[in-house]
Formats: sequence, structure tokens, C-alpha cells
Amino acid sequence: MKILPLAICLAVLAGVPLTRASASEPVNMEPERQERWNQIAQYLFGDRKVEPTETLIKLDAPKRAQDAALVPITLTMPEKNGIKSVYLVIDDNPAPFAAKFTFGPAADAGSVQLRVRIDTYTNVHAVAETKDGRLFETAAFVKASGGCSAPVAASDEKAMAGMGEMRMKFAEGAAAGKPVEATLMIRHPNFNGMQKNPITQYFTPPRYIDKMSVSSGNAKVFDLEADISLSTNPVITFSFVQNGREPLKVVASDTKDGHWEQGFDIPAAMN
Amino acid sequence: MLYAHMHISSFLKDVSGQPGIGAVSALQMSRRAALIGGFCLCCLPSSTAAATMTEVGPGIFIRAAPHEEAAAANHGGIANIGFVVGRDSVLVTDSGGSLTDGEWLRAEIRKRTDKPIRHVLITHVHPDHSFGAAAFAADRPAFVGHHALRSALEARGEFYQKRLAEVLGAESAGSVVYPTQEVMKDGAEIDLGGRVVRLSAHATAHTDCDLSMLDVETGLLFPADLLFVNRVPSLDGSLPGWLAELDKLKALGASRAVPGHGPPIVDMAPAMADLTRYLSTLSDGTRKAIASGVSIEDAARSVAQSERDRWVLFDDYNERNVIQAYKELEWE
Ligand SMILES: [Zn+2]
Repeated sequence: MKILPLAICLAVLAGVPLTRASASEPVNMEPERQERWNQIAQYLFGDRKVEPTETLIKLDAPKRAQDAALVPITLTMPEKNGIKSVYLVIDDNPAPFAAKFTFGPAADAGSVQLRVRIDTYTNVHAVAETKDGRLFETAAFVKASGGCSAPVAASDEKAMAGMGEMRMKFAEGAAAGKPVEATLMIRHPNFNGMQKNPITQYFTPPRYIDKMSVSSGNAKVFDLEADISLSTNPVITFSFVQNGREPLKVVASDTKDGHWEQGFDIPAAMN
Repeated sequence: MLYAHMHISSFLKDVSGQPGIGAVSALQMSRRAALIGGFCLCCLPSSTAAATMTEVGPGIFIRAAPHEEAAAANHGGIANIGFVVGRDSVLVTDSGGSLTDGEWLRAEIRKRTDKPIRHVLITHVHPDHSFGAAAFAADRPAFVGHHALRSALEARGEFYQKRLAEVLGAESAGSVVYPTQEVMKDGAEIDLGGRVVRLSAHATAHTDCDLSMLDVETGLLFPADLLFVNRVPSLDGSLPGWLAELDKLKALGASRAVPGHGPPIVDMAPAMADLTRYLSTLSDGTRKAIASGVSIEDAARSVAQSERDRWVLFDDYNERNVIQAYKELEWE
């Protein structure tokens, strides 16, 4: 008997944001995986204590990636006002550090979503740093294969077309004074040095977005530092608190001196 | 006019003399892998029905494959394969999903004719259609493919080979065979001796290297994986592109076809209608999800679920199809 996931269908039709039961697989406790995480934590945070949490940060990742080059990740921070920054780490990617969001005064730090490449079966860790300087981690196990070297497009030239083009989508139904959810899309191949050019058969040198900054007027929403694991054409969903009628400003740069800036007017209905 | 028709020798670019590729470092080699391309090579088959050839037209023999994932029990034989016999020679399309599958097909050909096997079509990059080609190496045929097939095989072939070897064993999996003759945008013809087939190199659709064939004498169309019947389609190219290529296939006016997956022969109209309905549902649902702000992971779980009971292996491919569609359509 096949059961149609009715609740999801209805939510799609109605355009209602979904609250999901977490479908993630629990962290893998094999000793070598734990040892790897200890090394990564030592590298990223030195001797600072990183405590496990089930409440301060939640990680939603698929158990098995349908597309290893585009694995959607949601980080949820229920105690959002106490959060200073969040880290995403993909333990067994060639460069485990994937992204760090540092929230500013215009942020609503309740959740962020991003898409990453995952190369192999791995634990994925999310770490929250609180404003009082403590570190908390949670993790999930993701089964994926070959995400890091998956080809980007038929040719590097095609992949680079429109590089730096940005779009911003604002969620509907936001009321004045309430946080607004926005989705930022940037065209960028995000070559991580592991894609082979299908025509020349040489590896395309790495070129990926490593810094992004979003502000509402003069107030910072977040700074993002990223490494090789963001998917091609990065898409990031976040929430911000409106600062009058000031447009949302995005500044992005990549590892090859690419630099892009764009302002987005907030739809009038939201003011 | 969609296709110009000329003799193959003038229209197929001979690439057999292409120089070798540059060397890469050991570290890079160890990291080398490629997208699975919608192919799960890890699931066990539900049955192992004995394969048989069906003569679907005069001199046209097809083995219809079960709707399974590649596994030791089916030797990777999960796609429809077969051959066409002309007065002078034999053409193979497709050749099989592994060396073992291809060897089986070659034996089936030799039970029926001693004519030389002069052409082996590789209709696209996917392993269930391309890995049988190695079984025909001794026949020294022209390996015929889309002009984009070589780069697709270069990007993914090694990864497919590795995964297939894990499932079937290295001897059974076989090796990557590159096209020795490429079909360019304006198509090509092959004369098997009093029997002409027309080849079309399609724009990006199921993959970026789809080749279809029309047997002129019988009017039978061989759309390969541009046509899935009963088995859920896998999207590995372009969704709007696939729908557009289906229109071009319909315009050829063939009434019957040999699908890449499904029965050995089907009536075109209902089969194309089913496929068009699935792809349109996928397209409409994904566009609606994007427009209403539904995230890619929620879209993956909800879009096209109305098609769930109509296709075998739906749950194994539909979510991935939605992700492929979403990342293509969100930039429209
Ligand atoms: Zn295919």
C-alpha cells in the first residue's frame, strides 16, 4: 500500500512553509569517525570545549543524498537571540570546513539553509557559537558519493556564463516588524579543483565563492565564509529584520578576485 | 526540415585518431569520480527472468530487460538492447549494460546471422547502454555516438566502470568504449545494404548526448532513453529540453518504437503520452514549488507524487529528478 504524503502536498499547494520532522540519520559513532571529528574540532576551535547539544542547534540533512553535488542542509537555532555564529563541517570532504555564518544585528538567526557537495559517506557537523563564547555541536550521517568531483557543465566556459548574477526571493506573507525570509541565489560554478574539464581532460583550477556579506541598510545580516563545499550556483536562505525601507545589499567575492555587489529592494507589501 | 540525410562517411566525423589525454597526478586520480547520473548500482534485483530476443520487425531483434538496478544476477542487463540485420551487415543498438551482457547479445546475433557486425551504436553515456560495447571490439565495428558522447564518457566513464565492477566484478563489467564515429547536429545515415537507418543527435534532453535511430524500411523508431515505458524516467540532462525533443520525435511520424526501457516494442502515441505527462507533471510541479517558495528538499518529497503508482522504481528516481528540475528551472 503506497501512502501519498498528503500533508506535504497540501503545504505545497498552499505555499505554506513546512515544519519537518527531522529525517536526518544519527551521527556515526565509529571510533575513526569520532577521531576525525576530534581532529577537525581541534583545528577549528583549538582547545575550546565543544559540547554536544540537542536544543541549541539542529541539523537537517538527507540520510541519502539524491544528488551528491547538491545536498540541501538546514540549520535551526531555536534560541536564536543567543547565537553569534554557526559552522557547517563535512567531516570527510577533502576540505571539511564548509561554511561559517556570523550573524549581525539585522539577522534573525533562527535558521539558515544552504546546498553543499558531499563526496562520500560522512558525518556532517553543525556548531553554534553563543554570544557568551560557548560552542555547541550536533551532527548527522549522510550517505553520498562523488559530489565533490561531479562535473559542473559541458565546458568551463558554459559554467562561467553569467558568473556573479544574483537573485533574491522574498517569502510571501511577511508582516511589518516581523523577520522576513529571503533566498539569495548567485550564479557561480564554484569549481573546487576536483572537477575535470570534459573537453581538455585537465582538472579545472579551484575558483569558488569564499566570502559573502548581506546587510539591511547599514545593519549587518550576516557574513559568510565558505570553502570548497558549496554547490554550483550557491543558494542561501536566511531571515532578516527590516531596517526601514533600506534595500538588502549583497557583497560577494571569490578566490580569484571576482567581486560582485547588488542591492535588492524589499517588496513594498512588506513595509 | 529537421534532418539532412547524407551518407554516413561524409557526415560522421572520424575521431578514432584523436591523440591521448594529458596525464594527471596520482592524488588527482585518487579523487577522480563522477556523478552517478541517476544510476543506483547498489540495489538488488527482484527477479532474474531469463532473457529472450523478440523479433519486433523483419531482421530486428530486441531483448527487453527487467525494471531492476544493475546487479550480479542480471549482469547489468537492465536496458533494452538488440540488433538490425541488413543485406550486408549487422548494426547493434544498444550493446548492453556490461561486457557479459554484450557477450550474451553477440552470441544471440551469431545464432541468427554470420554477417559482419559493422556498427555498434552507443545511444548515450549511461552504463546500462554503453558497457556492452567492449564485447564487440574483435569485430572492429564503427562505434557510433552523439558528438557530445566522448566528453560525457571522459567525465564519467571511469566512475561508472568502478561502480559497475563493484557490483558485477571487474571481468564482467568491462571497460569504457569511446565512439570512433560521431553523429553531428544535422544527423547521419548508415546503409546496411539495402537497408538504411537515420540517426539524430539530439539537443540536451535525457542526457547531453542522446542519439536516436529510425529504420527507414519499417518506419520503426529507436528513441533509446528518450522514451521510457513503465520504468520511471531518469532526468540527467534538461527537462524543457527533453519535452522539446519529444515533440521532434513525434514529428517524425513513426507509429511504433523500441523504448530504452519497457516492452521490446510499443505504440508511439500512448507511450509518448505517458512520458510527456510525467515530465510535464514534474515540470509544472517544480515550477509551482519554486514560485511559491517551497525549498528544494521539500519539493523533492512532494512534486509529481500523483505519478507514483504509474511507474516502477518511482521512489528510487523521482526525488532526484525533482532536484535536477529544480536547479535548472529556478534560474528561469
Ligand atoms: Zn539513460
